[in-house]
Order: sequence, then C-alpha cells, then structure tokens
Amino acid sequence: MSRAADPLLVVILLLNFALLGTSRLRTVINGTAAQGAALGALLIAVPGELSWHTLLIAAVTVGLKAVLIPGMLNRAMRDAAIRREVEPLVGFIPSLLLGGVGTGAALLFARTLPLAPQHVGSLLVSASLSTVLTGFLLLTTRRKAITQVTGYLVLENGVFIMGMLLVEAMPFLVELGALLDLLVAIFVMGIIINHINREFSSLDTARLTALKEE
Amino acid sequence: MALALALVLVPLALSAVAFLLPSERWRPWLLPLGGAVRLALTAAALPRSDVAALSGWMQLDALGKVLLLLLDVLFFVSALYAPSYLRLRASRENRALCGCLLAFLGTSALVAQAHHLGLLWVAVEASVLASAPTIYFNRNPRSLEATWKYLLIGSVGIALALLGSFFLAYSAVHGGLGSSLLVEDLVRGASRLSPAWLHAAFIFLFVGYGTKMGLAPMHTWKPDAYGEAPGLVGTLLAGGLTGCSFLAVLRFFQILQAAGQADFARQIMIAAGLLSMLVAGAFMARQRDYKRLLAYSSVEHMGILVLGVGVGGGAMFGALLHLLNNGLTKGVLFLSAGNIHRAFNSKLTGEVSGALRRVPASGALFLAGFFAITGAPPFGLFVSEFTILRAAMRGDHGWVAAGFLVALTVVFLGMGANVLHIVQGEPPADRQPTGFRDTALTVGPPMVLLGLVLLLGLYIPPPLHALLTEAASALEPRS
Repeated sequence: MSRAADPLLVVILLLNFALLGTSRLRTVINGTAAQGAALGALLIAVPGELSWHTLLIAAVTVGLKAVLIPGMLNRAMRDAAIRREVEPLVGFIPSLLLGGVGTGAALLFARTLPLAPQHVGSLLVSASLSTVLTGFLLLTTRRKAITQVTGYLVLENGVFIMGMLLVEAMPFLVELGALLDLLVAIFVMGIIINHINREFSSLDTARLTALKEE
Repeated sequence: MALALALVLVPLALSAVAFLLPSERWRPWLLPLGGAVRLALTAAALPRSDVAALSGWMQLDALGKVLLLLLDVLFFVSALYAPSYLRLRASRENRALCGCLLAFLGTSALVAQAHHLGLLWVAVEASVLASAPTIYFNRNPRSLEATWKYLLIGSVGIALALLGSFFLAYSAVHGGLGSSLLVEDLVRGASRLSPAWLHAAFIFLFVGYGTKMGLAPMHTWKPDAYGEAPGLVGTLLAGGLTGCSFLAVLRFFQILQAAGQADFARQIMIAAGLLSMLVAGAFMARQRDYKRLLAYSSVEHMGILVLGVGVGGGAMFGALLHLLNNGLTKGVLFLSAGNIHRAFNSKLTGEVSGALRRVPASGALFLAGFFAITGAPPFGLFVSEFTILRAAMRGDHGWVAAGFLVALTVVFLGMGANVLHIVQGEPPADRQPTGFRDTALTVGPPMVLLGLVLLLGLYIPPPLHALLTEAASALEPRS
C-alpha cells in the first residue's frame, strides 16, 4: 500500500469536522462532495499500481459521490429554498466535541485490531470508524431531510474506507455492492424528499412527528 | 441450477408484469398467481439437496429451506386475501404495492439461498428496498413519515451490516484464508480467523441486521411502519422480511460457532432478546393503536428468536420452530386487524369495541390470534416457547428463564387488555357500520393460517421435524 493514502485520510478526517461544525447546507453538501472526490483518489492511491479496473471504479465513485448525488441534493436545496440547518438537536460546538472524542476513541479502538503486514501503521481503520460516527451524528442530530441524507452519505463513505483494506483481496464485488446500494438508496430517498416537500411544504423532518408514543 | 434461479427470477418477472399491466382490477390476481407458482417451485426444491447455482454462491440448505417454506406459505395464503382487500381500497392505485410485493418475494428467495456474504448483503438490502414503497400505500403524511423512518433507519442498519461484513472479510484476509467469502469456506477455516476482528464484525452485523429485524433498541421504525402499512403488508413484513434478517444473523452465528467464539455472540443475543421482550411489553400496556400493538408484539417475538439461539441446545430447534409459528400467527393477527380496521374505520383501541358483534369471524380470529401469539396452548407458539424455556432451565440459564417468563406475563397482560376491549362489548354508537362484512376471501386466509398454527401445536409432521432438526444442528458446534 502506498504512503499517499494517509494524507488523503487526514483530509477526509478534517472534512468530517467541517461537516459537523457548519450550519450552511451548501457547505455540508460540498464537504460531502469533496469527501467523495478524496475517496476516488484513495482508490487509486491504495493499490499502488494503476489498472483500468481501478481507474474505472474510481471514476464511477467520483461521478456518483462527488458530482451526481451532491448535484441532486443541491437542486433539492434550491427547490426548497432553504439554506441553513436551524436548531439541531445537538448544537454545532457540541457536535464538534463529540466528533473529536469519537475520532480519538476510533484511533484507540483501531489499535486493538491486528492488521496484515501491508496495512500496519495505516490510518484506514480509524478513519473509517470516525467517518461512520460523523455520519451517524449528522443523521441523528440534524432536522433537515437534506442534512440527514448527507449524513447517510458520510456514513457510507466511512464504510467505503473500510472496504479499502479489502480492495486488493476482493476488489470487485465489495465496491460494486457499495456503489449500487448507494445509488438505489439515494434514488429512493430523493423521491421521498420530493414527497415530503409536497406534503408538508418543507424539508424539515421535525414536522414528521405525528407518529410517536404518548 | 435452474430451480435455484427460478425461485428468484419467476417472481421478479411477475413483478415486472405487475408494473406493466394497466388493469387495476386484474393486477392483484398476480399476487396469488406468483404465490402459487413459488409454492410449487419450493415444494419441488424442499426434498432435494442439490439446489444450487452461481458456483456455490447460491445453495439451498436446511436453514434456507425453513425460511423459504415460511415465506411461501405465508405469501400464498395472504395473497389470496389481496384481491378482495384491494377492491375495497379501489381509490388507491395498487401498481406499486403488487409489483413491490412480488419483487420482495423474488429477493427473499435470494436471501434464503445466499451462501456468499456479499450476495447475502445485497439480497437483504434488495428485499428491504423492495418492501419500502408498500408502506407508502395510503399516500398520506402519516404513511410518508413511516416510510421515511423505515428507509433512513433501515439504510443505516444495512450500512452497518456492510461494515461488519468487511470486518469479517478482513479477518479472513488476515488469517490467510484467501479471498473467498463463501460461508462454507469461512466455516472450514474458522479457526484461523482473528477473534478481535470477529467480535467487532459480529457487533456491527448484529446491530445492522438486528435493526432490520426490529430488535430493541433499534426497533423505533417498526410501530410506525406496521401501523401505517396495510394489514397485508404488515403480515409479509412481520412474518417474512424479519425472517430474512434473522437468517442473516444465523449465518454469521454459524461462522462464530465454528471459530469457537459462539459464547461472545450468545451473550449479546440473550441480552438483546430479553431487552426486546421487556421493551415491547412495556410499550404494549399503554398502546392505543392496535396495529402498533402488533408491531410491538413483533419486537417481542424477534427477541424470543435471538434469545432462543443465544440459549442454544434444544432452544435452537425451538427458535426455528418459533420462526414458523410467529410468522404464521402474525398473518392471522394483521389480516384480521385489517378487517376490523375496515369495519370500524379506526385503528385506535379506544374507538373500537364489539368487534365480535360487527364482524364475528374477524373478531374471533383476532382473539384466537391473540391467544396463539401469547403462547397459550394448544397453539404452536406454546410448544416453541416451552422448548426454549426448558432448554434455558436445563442449561445454566436460570435467570434467563425467569426473565423470559416475566416478559411473557407482562406482554400477555398488556396485549390482553387492548385485545379484549376491541372484541368484547357493543360497537360504539358513534361508529356507524362502514358496510364492510366478513366474506370468504377476507376471513378464509387468516383462518387457514390459524389452522396451521394449531396444527404445529398439536402435531409436527415428521418431514418438517426432520428439516428443523437438520437446520438446528447446523447451528450447533461440530462434534
């Protein structure tokens, strides 16, 4: 595995914090897009040697995660005329703190897992867990449907980073599964967002509160 | 080869037909047609031991056969209910409902046969996505909210399951097992899998697939989804789809068992099982919506399933039998609850009473279904719950057995208060009859299912007994 991977992982970790600390939806979407682009670069950096197959997968990854899906989300944002995440369940500063603690815990936990010789010293496992946690935080503490979908994207990005450990041993199925799933899930969610927008004239899932225990 | 693929592809082809067929009136008949064809295919596949395809990625073993049997019986019988139900709901388009249910039928056979971890994940994901639009059948804000929660929470679960699959795959790479993700290869080389990775993998997999099963505390989507979906959909989600995720958990349990790490998994499963039962019991007592009540009953029974596997020994057989019993009884309850909902036009317990007078057959079925689901003899659930309890007492699990009994009692009381209010007394004066009456096609299917549950309580046919024993032995340590 080439050494180019670790700087990219640091970029991804920094983007996690940028996502947690902002209220602007545009920043959240663009940050996720940047993360998608970094994942594409990671796909090329990790195997160390270039093949048409990796290039193709990287191109598809960047196309989906950095261009197509953020584009869809940006359009949904424009259509709904909302710009900011307001009153998240957990504020932006506490989110940042939680993200910091989570990243620290991920680093500690990753050290307890034994790695194959070619992966020793790599940040892959801790970056993956930290990104999954960031996605989970965005998903559970934000109110806007768009932010929740981006949270899910970030969570999927974290899973994708974990897949990098396997990219040499079992390259094809794992990535294809992840990409395919992502496309379908976001596609379905996109339709649902559309319906929420029409039914409630808003993309605020806080209005989705009819169903709860009394 | 052909049979393994036909089990998956025939329903998918019918699903495509359902999406293309323009007639609202004839489309629902595709459901019983698909159910009958699949039942015939499954009947042909059950006695055979060589049903496989895609170089071992798909194989039908005893565990898969149990799931397939449940799915097909449940689907076929409840599909007979569909045409008359959908005629009552003629104002709603049924294209997505019929097409998606058939697609779910196809992908569920893929789950039953998947022996490759990647394929298994894709198959479970596909069944979940295929079933999501059916929850939105009523096209109102409440069903939209339920669908949104189902998709979002479900997607997170499936993402965590993928992460767990990666962990497991990495433990194979780390142990030098090569790049195969076939369950057989992993079981054979299990002693070389790294325990640290295996434990982490199981936690993620259990949380991921457990979310799909609806185990507490990942169950929050369930009351919303089952509460808003039509009774027909509730039947197939609670009886069938949850079984698919349960099978996925069992596949990973098999690998941990072979690696000698089953104790770790057992503890988690016992804890999650008891928690699910108690949480469900607590929410049932104060539940005012009888369809949500059934959802909590589903949470409870998912808890019983994983608890049974966690206890092990004879409880393994009990858990698999319970999978069948619970699935079939959920059909009785959801379909008869759907009838009561139609007859009173309300699904709030406070607004419905005297169901035995207004719709006598549906009311009686709902009441009988309640006794069956809470484990009263002579129904099948009594046998399976008793088997699990006995195994827990025989093994070193005295406190588990105690917790199990307490939870069952809490559930019986909480559910009973609601159910008795619904079936007894006089229909409320301000709820005029809606014109809905019991007919052969709305009452017959749940009655057939109840008959099967009763049969399983009195007499388990020898071939089924042999199948369950074989499936249970696949989950026990190799001697």
